[in-house]
Amino acid sequence: MRIKTPISLKKLAGRNEPYVFLVLFALCLLIEFRSGQFFSSNNLVDIASALIVPGLFAVGAFLVIISGGIDVSFPALASLSVYATTKYLLDIDYQGGILLPITIALAIGALLGAFNGLFIGYFRLPALIVTLGSSSVFKGIMQGALNSKQLTIIPVGMRTWGTTALFTARNPVSGLTSRMPIAFIVFLVVLGFVIFLMRYTMFGRSIYAIGGSETSAHRAGFNVIRTKMVMYIMVGMIASLAGVIRVCMMQQAHPTNMLGMEMNIIAGVVLGGTAITGELLDTSGDSHFLEECIYRCSDHHRNRGERLPGYSYE
Amino acid sequence: MVSNTKNPIQQFQQMYRNDRHLWRLIFMIAIWMLFMAITRFSRFYTMINFQTMAAQFPEFGLMSLGVMLCMITGGIDLSVVGVANLTSILMAFILINLTTASGALPAYAMPLVFILAIILGAAFGLFNGLLVSKFHIPPILATMGSGELFTGICLAITNGNAVSKFSRTYANTINNRLFDLIPIQLIFFIIMAVFIWFLLSKTVFGTKLYLLGTSEKAARFSGLNNTRLLLQTYMLSAICAALGGMIMLANYNSARADYGTVYTLQCVLIVVLGGVNPVGGKGRISGVVLAIILLRLLETGLNRFPKISSYYISLIWGGVLILVMVLNYFTEHNHTFSRLARRSK
Repeated sequence: MRIKTPISLKKLAGRNEPYVFLVLFALCLLIEFRSGQFFSSNNLVDIASALIVPGLFAVGAFLVIISGGIDVSFPALASLSVYATTKYLLDIDYQGGILLPITIALAIGALLGAFNGLFIGYFRLPALIVTLGSSSVFKGIMQGALNSKQLTIIPVGMRTWGTTALFTARNPVSGLTSRMPIAFIVFLVVLGFVIFLMRYTMFGRSIYAIGGSETSAHRAGFNVIRTKMVMYIMVGMIASLAGVIRVCMMQQAHPTNMLGMEMNIIAGVVLGGTAITGELLDTSGDSHFLEECIYRCSDHHRNRGERLPGYSYE
Repeated sequence: MVSNTKNPIQQFQQMYRNDRHLWRLIFMIAIWMLFMAITRFSRFYTMINFQTMAAQFPEFGLMSLGVMLCMITGGIDLSVVGVANLTSILMAFILINLTTASGALPAYAMPLVFILAIILGAAFGLFNGLLVSKFHIPPILATMGSGELFTGICLAITNGNAVSKFSRTYANTINNRLFDLIPIQLIFFIIMAVFIWFLLSKTVFGTKLYLLGTSEKAARFSGLNNTRLLLQTYMLSAICAALGGMIMLANYNSARADYGTVYTLQCVLIVVLGGVNPVGGKGRISGVVLAIILLRLLETGLNRFPKISSYYISLIWGGVLILVMVLNYFTEHNHTFSRLARRSK
């Protein structure tokens, strides 16, 4: 098993992260140069808050890709679990805090993740097919059975949690202010937890082993089915968490606006240096941040571009 | 459905054993047709209904054929919708230029745009093929990226607007019916399907594709030119997609960057449902064609029940896909492990 080795320049040059970082840095400089507003406090906070949801999704996709699979169902999974949660809480006229919504969403996410895990782990079906199918099923349940529409009102606990700020950054030049949502801490906690899991626990190493070679992992004594099952349950929970955060931050539950994110997220994870074939690369830890950085870039283009003078997103 | 293995007729049993997956799809279609016959006979079994279905499915049917070819080689083509839209937009511009003041099209216009569409498709496919074979980018990424690129070009040249002010002659010609019976769209699909069937089962090219999909290494060591094979595959796939785009152009009588965005995943779903192994090396066109027909019948049939939300269709699609795969798991269990072992190498 790989233990943290001292980083040498030669080693770094063979990896994705430095290049991604350089591109990112160049992009930041370019935008800063053209608008003069990139490194302003409110813009940085905006970018950080915009990367929470894609970042959480990317953490989930990262786990799946390491194990040699691919998951295209997480946006549908997140949408379904958060929509069901919000709808249920509205129906019972829930007035309490954020803990119950998160717990319910996590439970639904775990259940849906187990659905993926059952077919991928136990029946050994290709992950792409299963998640394509389950994504379709989740969407069908949400739009057909739950008859989803846009919910413009969300329970008060979720609303206040979504608007509570850790701190607020104000741009002295333009006068714009940006809130750093409390959810950012959740993101950091999940990220830290996954880094710890992948680096220092047997479970994390077994995910790498399965990605390297499922047969070898099995022969080496890893319980492949159980690992996959647990992993997909975890991914389902992470995705649901992202869904809850998104709804809280947007102050409304829109059933379909997360759908279609999957391909961009996967592309970002791969750019961040995760081998799509699931080979044993040292992708833990730092590459994570770089994946997120990619999101910073793309989000930055999409959401912040028009706000910054002198820069427009084509 | 598994109980059908106990059919007393020996010959039929043999046929079923030879291709379980295909027969399972046929049984599903038969059961659905029976169900529709019992519940909504007068509204489903009409000539016009079948003609409409036959006119609707070729656009994504053609794209699915392309995805199938790529999947047989162990790759995938996620750029089909991008290729289709870019081709249809460019051809729409050409049609606008060719449209005369009276709103008619010169006689050479139709063959010209189709030939151009095929050439353009081949060029886009060449680009995909180069990314996959020369630069060894995983197909899922290469085609996803190029798909985004094509869509981006579409957006840039149209500003996201629909391109539509060309002669109606084009749409009218394609939407016509041969002998007042067979929609022209279906004929395109049949020609392409037969062509690909011929390639896959009657030519050396087809055999090589299966070998390449089964084991790239083995294919290389047996002296196959993998690079050229991949280039040809992705070119064929993009040509199919470009033709699909031309049919979309006729069906909507306009072209736009975001038409048919749901088709990407739908094509993958169809191909997998049709029994093509995403790892490569296995799959038949008959299965894919049946899967296309099954999905179309399911969707159209469901629309005959106004009380049922049409959103259930995606639930049914996903359910059918997973069901078919689980059935395959139970009947071909011993094969699964060898496939798995190969995959993990």
